[in-house]
Amino acid sequence: MQLAEQLREARRKKEILLMTHLVLGYPSFAVNREVIRQMVENGVDVIELQIPFSEPMADGPMIIKANQEAIAGGTKVADCLAFAAEMAAQYEIPFLFMTYYNILFKYGLEDFLRKAKEIGIKGCIIPDLPPEEGEEYLSLASEFALAPIQIFAPTSTEERMRTLAGHGAGFIYCVARRGVTGSKTDFNASFDAYLARCRRATSMPLAVGFGISSREDVQILTGKADIAVIGTATIRLVEEKGPEEVGPFIAGLR
Amino acid sequence: MNKPGYFGQWGGAYIPEVLYETFRELREVYARAKADPAFWQEYLDLMGSYSCRPTPLTYAENLSRHFGGAQIFIKREDLNHTGAHKANNVMGQGLLVKRMGKTRVIAETGAGQHGVACATMAAKFGFACTIYMGEEDVHRQRPNVFWMEKLGATVVPVTTGSRTLKDAINEAFRDWVSNMDTTHYVMGTVCGPHPFPEMVAWFQSIIGQEARKQILAVHGRLPARVYACVGGGSNAMGIFQGFLADPSVELIGVEAGGKGLDTGQHAARLASADASPGVAQGYKTMFLQDADGQMRDTHSVAAGLDYIGVSPLLTDLWEKGRVRFAAATDQEVMTALDLTIKKEGIIPALESTHAFVQAFKEAGELNGDQAIVINQSGRGDKDIFTIAHAFDDPSWKEFIRKKGEEYAAR
Ligand SMILES: Cc1ncc(COP(=O)(O)O)c(C=O)c1O
Repeated sequence: MQLAEQLREARRKKEILLMTHLVLGYPSFAVNREVIRQMVENGVDVIELQIPFSEPMADGPMIIKANQEAIAGGTKVADCLAFAAEMAAQYEIPFLFMTYYNILFKYGLEDFLRKAKEIGIKGCIIPDLPPEEGEEYLSLASEFALAPIQIFAPTSTEERMRTLAGHGAGFIYCVARRGVTGSKTDFNASFDAYLARCRRATSMPLAVGFGISSREDVQILTGKADIAVIGTATIRLVEEKGPEEVGPFIAGLR
Repeated sequence: MNKPGYFGQWGGAYIPEVLYETFRELREVYARAKADPAFWQEYLDLMGSYSCRPTPLTYAENLSRHFGGAQIFIKREDLNHTGAHKANNVMGQGLLVKRMGKTRVIAETGAGQHGVACATMAAKFGFACTIYMGEEDVHRQRPNVFWMEKLGATVVPVTTGSRTLKDAINEAFRDWVSNMDTTHYVMGTVCGPHPFPEMVAWFQSIIGQEARKQILAVHGRLPARVYACVGGGSNAMGIFQGFLADPSVELIGVEAGGKGLDTGQHAARLASADASPGVAQGYKTMFLQDADGQMRDTHSVAAGLDYIGVSPLLTDLWEKGRVRFAAATDQEVMTALDLTIKKEGIIPALESTHAFVQAFKEAGELNGDQAIVINQSGRGDKDIFTIAHAFDDPSWKEFIRKKGEEYAAR
């Protein structure tokens, strides 16, 4: 089943879906494995697996640290692919790759995407690859039936959003605010206006990410967005309280 | 392949969506300025009245005699206000910031020369200013940190990654994606996403325009060779543009050989076999990276050359065979620096001295009616701690020890 279908089906049963994120190899693949088990058991609907990169330009301090330490600990792209294959085989929910373009470029764009497809990955989020630079990526993604998730930002005009949506599949990742990952988002009237703009520009499901960390945040998004993205919050939780806290945290979000 | 922002297969604009509109505006304001002759005149007037342009071309008589080959000329970018070619780019972008109506500038800096130039421009034009600088560079270029702060800038030491120039660039981008409405990122070199490489090269082309006229006036002919050090590549592109259309002029870019190309501890992207094509920091070029695409640690005694990537314009010119690349080691740099100070009474920056090393290696191959031009991108005053340390200077050490005791006693 393709990503869009899978999400539509899940959405029929739930008011809002949860997408979580983790950095592969941080603090270790063993902990990643335990965290994912708890996420899935507590109803997470889709998981973003970030392949670490040495220059994570769009990320904030917590995820930068996770990227750095994963690499310093010896995490290789090949290990990430093997781990992702294991997860995708074990669980029904869709898994996505999130990473920066150089990881794909250096691996060989076509080889990377073919491999991702083979191991059961459903799509990719590449924040530093706008469609203007991604012609080859977009056509290969379509060839392999992988969803090239497109990103909307509060600075995107409605016209720009329509262009982006035309290149995307699966869902749209709406960055909730300016800035990098990790700090709090203020869900005010201008946020509502922004989400309304996103809605007008596409009929694809909308995921909202950046700064979502609590049940209240998820509640605010319910009815406005289709997917709430929990990123830094679980990484911080694992760091401060250990992986066993992830299950109860996820269960308490909806 | 003629996509805008590409030089051969290199360059591009690999930017996050949140900056799409910011870059659209920047491309527009740059294109309008470029099409407006009054803008360039305003720029020339500013550089003439504020930054000592045109900078002189100095005949290095003693060095020429010492090597017994080509006549050696030095283009004196060290005599710019703030002591380096960085001022050319910064004042140009400052004029664009005024046109965009923004009120704050941010920048990365390695050697601190771009940071000081940017803080100076901000003071003059009344902008708020934040400079990102790798923690390692904060330590090795301390005098420039002092001046940036005196000029009213906030200096943020960057503690992520390798704590050098590339990490400072990442942090500047992270600031920009939050504050793009009020803030312009003054990229310090001919790297990063389009239009930065092209735009910075345009402002730096003033070096080559002057140098070409000057060498023709004093020497009567074009030079045989032109040497420039290459960090990101802005001073090199600046002077090379004056001679690109003259096939008889050989252009040589000199990278940081660090502890030697065979040690892996260097920053030679094009002069070594260690770099490979990649996409990072918003553009495609040859990067020093591992097989997975993770950037490697680089090394150079010169903070301004200690960088993983290189200008897409230079990578293209290298690929086409128009620019030749060489590397100078830390040790060769110290020797050439000492010689230049003693023979000519000129103190080049550690970065600039890399160009002198290669010129000195080759001067003897040429004959007395040929000329070579070395671009002295900056002055060495900022490097006083590093140079004193490298020469293990006893009276300087004594002075520092005494100062330390004096502060400790308070
Ligand atoms: C004096 C001097 N020369 C050269 C450089 C290297 O930069 P680029 O290669 O862009 O000229 C720097 C950078 O900090 C510098 O300060």
